[in-house]
Amino acid sequence: MCMDAMLLTEVEPLLNPLTPVTYRVVARHVETGDVVTLSLEPTSGPSPFSFKPGQFNMLTSFGVGEVAISISSAPGAPGPVEHTVRDVGAITHSLCTAAVGSVVGVRGPFGTDWGVDGFDDKDVVIVAGGIGLAPLRGAISYLVDKPGRTGRVYVLVGAREPDQITFPDDLKRWERDGAVVKVTVDVPDSRWWGAIGVVTTLLPTIDFDPARTVALVCGPEIMMRFTVRGLVDLGVALASIRVSLERNMQCGIGWCGHCQLGPLLICRDGPVFDYSAALEKLISERER
Amino acid sequence: MAGRFGWPARLAPRPGESPRDGGDGGDANENRAFGPNQRSTELPIVKLMDLSASFVVDRAGLDRLLGAMTARGYRTIGPVVRDGAVVQRQVSSTDELPQGWHDEQAPGHYRLHHDDDPSLFAWAVGPGSPKSEFYPARSLVWRASSADEVVTLEQPQEDSTPVALIGPRPCELAGLRVLDRVFAGGEVPDPHYRDRRASSFVVVAECGTPAGTCFCTSMGTGPGVADGVEVGYDLALTELKSSNEPQYLVRVGSERGAEVVEEMGGSPAAPADFAARDAVLDEAARRIERKLDASNVRQLLADNLGHPRWDDVASRCLACGNCTLVCPTCFCGGVSDATTVGGVVERHRQWNSCFDLAHSLVHTGPVRATTWSRYRQWLTHKLSTWHDQFGTSGCVGCGRCITWCPVGIDITAEVAAIAASDGAVPVYIESGGDRS
Ligand SMILES: Cc1cc2nc3c(=O)[nH]c(=O)nc-3n(C[C@H](O)[C@H](O)[C@H](O)COP(=O)(O)OP(=O)(O)OC[C@H]3O[C@@H](n4cnc5c(N)ncnc54)[C@H](O)[C@@H]3O)c2cc1C
Ligand code: FES
Repeated sequence: MCMDAMLLTEVEPLLNPLTPVTYRVVARHVETGDVVTLSLEPTSGPSPFSFKPGQFNMLTSFGVGEVAISISSAPGAPGPVEHTVRDVGAITHSLCTAAVGSVVGVRGPFGTDWGVDGFDDKDVVIVAGGIGLAPLRGAISYLVDKPGRTGRVYVLVGAREPDQITFPDDLKRWERDGAVVKVTVDVPDSRWWGAIGVVTTLLPTIDFDPARTVALVCGPEIMMRFTVRGLVDLGVALASIRVSLERNMQCGIGWCGHCQLGPLLICRDGPVFDYSAALEKLISERER
Repeated sequence: MAGRFGWPARLAPRPGESPRDGGDGGDANENRAFGPNQRSTELPIVKLMDLSASFVVDRAGLDRLLGAMTARGYRTIGPVVRDGAVVQRQVSSTDELPQGWHDEQAPGHYRLHHDDDPSLFAWAVGPGSPKSEFYPARSLVWRASSADEVVTLEQPQEDSTPVALIGPRPCELAGLRVLDRVFAGGEVPDPHYRDRRASSFVVVAECGTPAGTCFCTSMGTGPGVADGVEVGYDLALTELKSSNEPQYLVRVGSERGAEVVEEMGGSPAAPADFAARDAVLDEAARRIERKLDASNVRQLLADNLGHPRWDDVASRCLACGNCTLVCPTCFCGGVSDATTVGGVVERHRQWNSCFDLAHSLVHTGPVRATTWSRYRQWLTHKLSTWHDQFGTSGCVGCGRCITWCPVGIDITAEVAAIAASDGAVPVYIESGGDRS
């Protein structure tokens, strides 16, 4: 009686935005020792939601908790949607060990994306550190496979050790399909014949046109800062660089306040941001 | 998802406003360095009517108000004294209100005393606020049970009984308007908050007795409330002292208010009643000594992230989070899962505090590991970055964080100390910060 008619008809939401939809794990692929890719399909109903590379979902392991995980497959790719999880704590451990056939909760997709449709004629330099390749994987596959693109795709990957290089199969596939792929490790082992050193050392080894380049960067914040510096030194405009940021997330929809970084709510305004002097300041300030 | 839930009329942006700016004293059309997409939303039509009629009632009139709200199916929530503090509980009669109770507030200090004053509202805000009516401290989000590899999710049935808030102060109404932007003004509104807020009835009580920790005059949120439908109350009361029993000036702020006021009895207000109200509010404003210079505090704090005062306050702050719990606008929350004996999983949502180490936890550890950075986060969010995020200040000047701080840290004194040596130390840039 106290609500007006507009409310009654439009409001009744079927799901509270904090309630996940159930998905079934239909495949589980171990990428490296502690990184697992889960292929998910809805337990009932229509095919997966639509998303753009760079967006993330909140994944629930029932009884353990919920964490933010990027979608690691390409939009429009056939088959189930994929998420690649590094086992770093209780919730990610439970997701990484989820058996085929088990049920997880999915909310999303949330956040901004890499904007991969905006630069068909541009060279795209992708720089990833560690698990940072997961949020970029869908973007790379999409760019490599997109017909009519004239720009080139460069994929530069840094890993701590050779057996922590994620997506080895994809790296080979992208190279075969025309991308320039380079990998470096911090600490080699006896079987490693590739580059050694931090990922920024790969930047001068690729032959790209900085004036028509877009760069997508994801990894630890310090790695992103040094990568941006390296890109700018080579002539890439600051405004052509995008990074993906990470903070604690409890909701993904602007309610919980955990993902704040100064003026930003990363779930709402990010996680993908255009780089700028202001953003650089934010990720450089101590304990911000 | 923008249009999925629609806008409740009371929380809707007004013509020409986008949901996140303008209105409610927020920042109109400001440029934001990291502005999200501003989207316009369909606007419901706010029907205007003549709300200029005002009345004067006595205490019996307030009892008739409680009866009228109860008869309409509302749960009436008003002030009562419990455990030595004025808090909000369900009330059915003015006999339950804090008649003759007065408070004494100072940094880290709250005491009540009682006398034979017949006033019902001669006290300032206590530790509770209307926030908890719309955003409970803890609530069940869903329950999941599984059988044969099928997980079934259930959402709790929301209690749809609307609430009538009896006697929140102007600063508390301002606090709700701030929360409205957080939970009902974004792209994904909180349906529970929005529905409860939209169905609520607000009887604001103007403030004649501010506490020693109040600074609403600095934040433009009190001691009185303006006339008009956009202010967000249904009825506004002013307790007028008269020779024996207090009288109540009742102003109408909505059509629903106009309907209810007819059942309160009383007589049309005379110019002398408005003069008496002015005297109450002038006296209240005069008694508020605490000040915060809100004119440039947003920029001041943004420019002083490395100020030595943060070290000073960090040496006093216990990081207990009391300030965030009593704050009428602090909205941080989190979820946690628990499995019951029968294997049923429940996810609860509860208030969180940015003073908690786990608030900023990522797998390499907390981003804000020190009390220094957590106090700075709280204060800069409240007074500076809140503008960037929600187009308004997060502070309404109620003074609760000062009163309820166990060591008496005073937000106004911290801001003044920073302003007094603006720019004292440049921002310290660390070379590390690896959070891989
Ligand atoms: C937008 C975004 C995208 C992400 N994408 C991926 C991805 O594709 N693959 C992947 O492996 N990881 C990703 N992460 C990081 C992942 O969310 C954390 O590693 C994970 O939350 C750790 O949780 P845990 O319980 O296993 O670890 P614990 O350390 O036990 O975490 C305890 C609590 O802290 C919170 N928490 C801890 N670390 C983080 C963090 N980094 N971010 C947010 N909350 C955290 C969790 O909510 C959890 O409740 C992403 C994070 C964000 C913000
Ligand atoms: S994750 Fe909750 S506000 Fe961003």
